[in-house]
Amino acid sequence: MNLTLKIWRQADATSAGAMHTYPLEGVSEDMSFLEMLDLLNEKLVTHGEEPVAFDSDCREGICGMCSLMINGQAHGPEVTTTCQLHMRSFSDGDTITIEPWRADPFPVVKDLIVDRSAFDRIIQNGGYISANTGSAPEANSVPAPRDKAMRAFNVATCIGCGACVAACPNGSASLFLGAKITHLGELPQGQPERYSRVSTMVAQHDHEGFGGCTNIGECAAACPKEIPLDVISQLNKDLRTAIKQGH
Amino acid sequence: MATTELVKGVRATRSTIALKLAMATSGIIFILFVLLHMYGNLKAFSGHDAYNTYAEHLRTLGTPMLPRSGALWVIRVVLILSLVVHVGSAVALWKRASAARSTKYQVKKNVASSLSSRTMRWGGVTLLLFVIWHLLEFTIGKINISGGATNDPYNLLVDSFSGTSWWMGVIYLIAMLCLGFHLHHGTFSACQTLGLTNSAASRARARIAGWVVAIVIAGGFSLVPLFTIFGVITK
Amino acid sequence: MASSTADLSGLVAHNEASVQVSDDAAGFYVLGEKLVDPKAPTGPIATRWTNRKFENRLVNPANRRKLEVIIVGTGLAGGAAAATLGEAGYNVKSFFYQDSPRRAHSIAAQGGINAAKNYKEDGDSVYRLFYDTVKGGDYRSRESNVYRLAEVSANIIDQCVAQGVPFAREYGGLLDNRSFGGVQVSRTFYARGQTGQQLLLGAYQALERQVAAGTVTPYSRHEMLDVVLVDGKARGIIARDMVTGEIETHLADAVVLATGGYGNVYYLSTNAMGSNVTAAWRAHRKGAYMANPCYTQIHPTCIPVTGAHQSKLTLMSESLRNDGRMWVPKNAADCAKDPRDIPEEDRDYFLERIYPSFGNLVPRDIASRAAKYMCDEGRGVGPEVDETGTDGTPVKRRRGVYLDLTAAIARLGKEAIEEKYDNLLDMYARITGEDPYQVPMRIYPAVHYVMGGLWVGYDLQTNIDGLFCTGEANFSDHGANRLGASALMQGLSDGYFVLPNTIRDYLADGPFEKIDENHPAVVEARAGVQAQIDKFLSINGTRSVESIHKELGQIMWEYCGMERTKEGLTEAIAKIRDLKKEFWTNVKVLGSADSLNQDLEKAGRVADFIELGELMCIDALNRRESCGGHFRGESQTPEGEALRHDEEFAYVAAWEWGGDSLEGAKPVLHKEDLIYTAIEMKQRSYK
Repeated sequence: MNLTLKIWRQADATSAGAMHTYPLEGVSEDMSFLEMLDLLNEKLVTHGEEPVAFDSDCREGICGMCSLMINGQAHGPEVTTTCQLHMRSFSDGDTITIEPWRADPFPVVKDLIVDRSAFDRIIQNGGYISANTGSAPEANSVPAPRDKAMRAFNVATCIGCGACVAACPNGSASLFLGAKITHLGELPQGQPERYSRVSTMVAQHDHEGFGGCTNIGECAAACPKEIPLDVISQLNKDLRTAIKQGH
Repeated sequence: MATTELVKGVRATRSTIALKLAMATSGIIFILFVLLHMYGNLKAFSGHDAYNTYAEHLRTLGTPMLPRSGALWVIRVVLILSLVVHVGSAVALWKRASAARSTKYQVKKNVASSLSSRTMRWGGVTLLLFVIWHLLEFTIGKINISGGATNDPYNLLVDSFSGTSWWMGVIYLIAMLCLGFHLHHGTFSACQTLGLTNSAASRARARIAGWVVAIVIAGGFSLVPLFTIFGVITK
Repeated sequence: MASSTADLSGLVAHNEASVQVSDDAAGFYVLGEKLVDPKAPTGPIATRWTNRKFENRLVNPANRRKLEVIIVGTGLAGGAAAATLGEAGYNVKSFFYQDSPRRAHSIAAQGGINAAKNYKEDGDSVYRLFYDTVKGGDYRSRESNVYRLAEVSANIIDQCVAQGVPFAREYGGLLDNRSFGGVQVSRTFYARGQTGQQLLLGAYQALERQVAAGTVTPYSRHEMLDVVLVDGKARGIIARDMVTGEIETHLADAVVLATGGYGNVYYLSTNAMGSNVTAAWRAHRKGAYMANPCYTQIHPTCIPVTGAHQSKLTLMSESLRNDGRMWVPKNAADCAKDPRDIPEEDRDYFLERIYPSFGNLVPRDIASRAAKYMCDEGRGVGPEVDETGTDGTPVKRRRGVYLDLTAAIARLGKEAIEEKYDNLLDMYARITGEDPYQVPMRIYPAVHYVMGGLWVGYDLQTNIDGLFCTGEANFSDHGANRLGASALMQGLSDGYFVLPNTIRDYLADGPFEKIDENHPAVVEARAGVQAQIDKFLSINGTRSVESIHKELGQIMWEYCGMERTKEGLTEAIAKIRDLKKEFWTNVKVLGSADSLNQDLEKAGRVADFIELGELMCIDALNRRESCGGHFRGESQTPEGEALRHDEEFAYVAAWEWGGDSLEGAKPVLHKEDLIYTAIEMKQRSYK
């Protein structure tokens, strides 16, 4: 198939960027979206033009490195990551607009690459259970109710890709936050730090400049791991308790 | 606004979620108020005397322990405070949201959000303007657009929507549509913000609650102007 | 290295040191001295680790923050080590090429993690896990290391649970186990099909906690390009900031490489796009030995290649073979047909035919080779892909065999299959566009894991003082073949428990004399890195880095893949040398050195892959036996099974960099004898 690609090009963090249009021929429907961009880059190199920079690593939908706003949707039209999106979701003659994640806490580094270290800092500010190596008790000494462990697992599948932020009209990272709060808060091991954790993580989230949540649900719809909106409710509930406890 | 610092010692009460909790709480106060207000309005269907008696009752509520209109002023103070909190939080969150995405997308699709959820802010502004006019018309200014007397609540109501004033009725109906939208998402959003929707089932119930509250309140309010326009409620 | 014989301290050796008679790689290498781990433990195997932890010196807590440790890589081995050393109070610098430590490729591991907890009371023990691992590795691993791995495995589970890793649980709230990879006990802990992700996030969170505590400094989007050696000790690294392009010097008291495997030498593999050998290879070029580089694990059940555009391969869990039957058409003429139109009598269930007792459940390497043979015969299925034939001319071949679940669906019902394989089948449908409930799935083997890596002693130190290597990047624990659910075990064992207890013996001598950025060794290393980058940008030829990598991958896959022969390997070495010339004279790298330049990054990695590929072929050529993931066509039983030659090859092949082969230099082979005192060597059979 033949496509017209409109891609955001930006030399570096401080330069101004602009949309560039590239026609691309000979795209196979078996290609992944990123392989389609590989093809474009191979052609750009042949013509002496610098290839489009974009992030990707595992290309099997688990590392969370790939991003891209494709025709106005984070990770494109399917519920999956960009690396698992295939060209059979598009048609011959389509025009595809490709932009980086847009959020001020995720500044553009180059072309389609953004800096998501804000997520790391949110985790640094409490997104863990303090358990020094070697200090752990025997694993089966603390049973965890199966339903709670299941819920913890279901939301622990967050890959930290940032699609929730990209899709949110408010630029909020509440789904990311809520997923970690729920994961650790559902497990017995996570209880001692539960409320101080939510307080510090939310403070870091706000400090990074992410927006507040208005519960509209675009994040959960964009999440490639289908993390449900109820983690945000859990986040709010835990924060309410944190306020009561004076954190 | 990106940073490399970790913040320390920021209290949970200073967070965006605390702002949302303030919005949710004040929003619930408004929901309770408009529910009672709507119920009172329906007295219009019982005729001139019943309606005016009810209006007078509001002023004598709680007497003689409270002075005349005392209870009404208590309610007004609570509502004014709620309004300040609700609008203040909304403005703060709106500003944050704009700052969080200073470069807009060239193309952006919304796939999951309801129209009501995306119109909360401008819908809220519209409602605020409406409330100001509404207070001027019926409470502060007592403006009778038909030029009649303003000292009889029932007659003022009928004059406002009937005959050549039908267009005012239409404005009210549009405002009620806005209110319905605002309540539809607002109710769900308040449940979510208060942490009451921690499962798919409870989330579905909160969505239903949004529909019920929106239809009952906005629908109930609309009955009076609608029936006045069509001449069912008359002097 | 010290003496030339291992100290067995009165233990009974079950085998003698091997004596190599054949010399297939004659002319390609130089034989060096035998290699003995100077810190090999002694005494009965079960006491060795306990004793070592005691013998290794302690570092005064007040001194720890004065000691700097560089750790490259943030996967299970690197992330866990950085977190643990940070907790202990050392001053850790953590380097990774991704934007966040959470992206390291450990995250993609699916199946689970083994541990000798014996929660099922099914006869498991530390010794059984040790036994299974050595046997599974086809008796090419070092028994002390493997025993320690089995011993430490139980602690890993405790640690991970305490961190909040959401392992699968039973209704009573206790941890669940499953059996995995053909072993008869249930010792695998898992978090649905995403165990690696959950374990990595546990290590990542522990790491970020230390970042907040100020003990670990993260360097994201940094690539290590050289190691700095001063007076024979590793004292730092040269790294490139991949955003600004700046070449930075980072000095320390010790350097740990936890940089993962080099499967991407094959271009197509289940590794991440960025997985590379550069850190390990640059250390190798500075003198670190590369051990057993030819041991490669090829996984039978991956989604096949669809065309030349393919950038990576995706693994489908091996558990599918429990319910699926593998087949190809009997007649090549049927290969393009819809498989549903091929009648039962025209299908060849080749594994069931060749291995009647194990059928579809034969080990990974056997299943992989059988699938390859079917496709080589022209009976493969799926889209035709372009290949270069053995005579150098382009040919079209179908590279895929059916893994058919239709019988299982008919027997167990669609719902049961759905529940069992969760999102696996959805993933297949998404990638291929075919519905596996209707049409038999197509699979083909793919490179998945490498057992080879930098040589390390018992203390995980390479032959360079102060340079340590952990996880997949080292060679130590899996021998010639890794068992399922053991990679995660090794990564975390090294990272949480082994390295922190061994590196302290080295650091007890520190802090070492301060060196500054003007030290001649630093200046020289930086200049080397800079010169290479300048060279890449100045060649300005006609070929993209990508196309050269692809070509290398094809050579490696064809000649150093599932089956290797003397003839093929010799040819491959010649081809790789030609490709190396082509690369250094005709590659085209655009952009500048002082900005984010993904092509430039890739050029450096491919340059190293080319040299590694050549060494892998030489190693494979020398090892004229079949063991684990290394199958030599010349060494098989009459039934076509792998045949080991313990009397010749029961050794670790540790290769020393000899210099550029284009200038006639040859690598030096050092042999480390494998002597077993706790286990006896046996030949395996799956007929």
